Amino acid sequence: MGAQLRVYRRRIKSVKATKKITKAMELIASSRIVKAQQRVDASLPYTQELLRAISSAVSNGSSSHPLVTPNDSPKRAAVILLTADRGLAGAYSSAVIKEGEALNALLRERGITPTHYLVGRKSVAYYKFRERAIVKSLTGFTDQPTYENAKEIGEAVLEAFLNDSESAGVDEIHIVYTHFLNMAVQEVRVRQLLPIEVVEATTAQASEEPKGAAVPLYDFEPSAEAVLDALLPRYVENIIYTSMLLGAASEHAARRRAMKSASDNAEELIKDLSRRANQARQAEITQEISEIVGGADALSSASSGS
Amino acid sequence: MTELTVSVVAVDRNVWSGPAKALVAKTPEGEIGILAGHEPVLSLLVNGVVRITAVDGSKVYVAVHGGFLAVDNNNVRVLAEVAELAGDIDVSRAQRALENASASGVDSAERLAAIHRAETRIQAATAATAVTLHN
Repeated sequence: MGAQLRVYRRRIKSVKATKKITKAMELIASSRIVKAQQRVDASLPYTQELLRAISSAVSNGSSSHPLVTPNDSPKRAAVILLTADRGLAGAYSSAVIKEGEALNALLRERGITPTHYLVGRKSVAYYKFRERAIVKSLTGFTDQPTYENAKEIGEAVLEAFLNDSESAGVDEIHIVYTHFLNMAVQEVRVRQLLPIEVVEATTAQASEEPKGAAVPLYDFEPSAEAVLDALLPRYVENIIYTSMLLGAASEHAARRRAMKSASDNAEELIKDLSRRANQARQAEITQEISEIVGGADALSSASSGS
Repeated sequence: MTELTVSVVAVDRNVWSGPAKALVAKTPEGEIGILAGHEPVLSLLVNGVVRITAVDGSKVYVAVHGGFLAVDNNNVRVLAEVAELAGDIDVSRAQRALENASASGVDSAERLAAIHRAETRIQAATAATAVTLHN
C-alpha cells in the first residue's frame, strides 16, 4: 500500500471516531433539552402566582419599599452572568459574556461601576484570565440548576443591594441570561432585577388577565409591608431560578446545534477523504499496470531484438 | 354550594390542585381557616401543615416550609419554596434528620431550621396516618 493511501485511511479513521463522539453528544443534548424544558414549564405556576401576589401587594400596599424605589444617583450595580460550565456549546457562553461587556460599557457610561456575580466556569475563566474582580462565582451545576443555587446568588445580591453603595453595596441588579424561545431560537437577554419596575409587571399582568378581573382588595396578614418584605426576596430568587432554567435549556439547545454541525462536517470530511483515498488507490493501480506493461514491453522488445 | 379552587404550588412543581371545601393553614399570627366566600387575603405562612378538606370529605395534608397564601374569588393558592404531600414524606428519614439536627450541639439558625423542617414533615405524616386509622 502506498504512503499516500495510508495517510488518507488513517485520517478517515480518526474523523470517524470524532464523529461518533459528536453524534453521541448531540443525542444526549437533545434528550436533555426536553427535560430542561419540562423543568421550565414546571416552574411556571409558581412564577405566575408570585407575580400576581406581588403586583397586588404593591398596588394595594405602600410602594415605598426599598426594593421597589430606584436610587436617584446609582453608583454601583451588580451584574449576574449565566454561562455554561462546559464548552462545546457553540456561542452560548461567549454570547452572554459579550452581552455582559456591552452592559458594562453602558453602565460605565451612566457613571455606574459594575460588580460581577458569575455563574458557570466559562465566564469565571474569562474574568480570571483578564484579572478582573469577581464578587461571587458559582460553578458546577449549570446544566441542572436547583432552587438552592438560585437562592445562593439571590441572597448574595440582595445583601449587596440592601447595603449602602458607600460600603460595597449596589443600587441596581442586572442579570444576563439566554432566553429559550424554542428548539431553534434562543436569545441573550438583559433584565433588571432590582429595583423592580413595578409598572411593567402590573401592566404585563393586566394584559394576561381577562378584562374585568380587577385586582381584588386584599387583606394583608400580618401587614402589607411584612408581606412585601417576604415576597420581594422570593421574587428575586425566582427570577434568577427561572433564568437559570431557561439558560440550561438554551445551553443544551446550543450544544445540540454545535454538535450537529460538527457531525455534519465530519460526514463531509469523510466523504471528501474517501474520494481522495480512492483516487490514490486508483492511481497506484494504474501505475502498477503501466509498470508491468512497460516491463513486459521492454522484455519482449529485448527478446525480439536478439 | 360554592367550593374553593385550591392549588398548592412549590417552586419547581405543582404539588396539589383541585376543588375543596375548606383549608387550614398556619400564619405568623396563628391558624387561618378558609371556606368558600372568604374575603381576599394575602398572608405569609410559617412552616407548618396545610390541611385541605377535599370536596368528597377526604383530607389532604401538605407540609409547607415558608411561603404565602393568596385567596380571592374562592381561589386559594398556597405558594411555598418547599411543599410536600404527607404521602410523599419519608417519616423515618425525617425522624433521622430530626435526631441528627437535635444531636449536633451548636445552636445555629440552620440547625433550628432543620429541626423545624423535620418536625413539620413528621407532623404532616402523622396527621395523615391518624386520619387513615380513624377511617
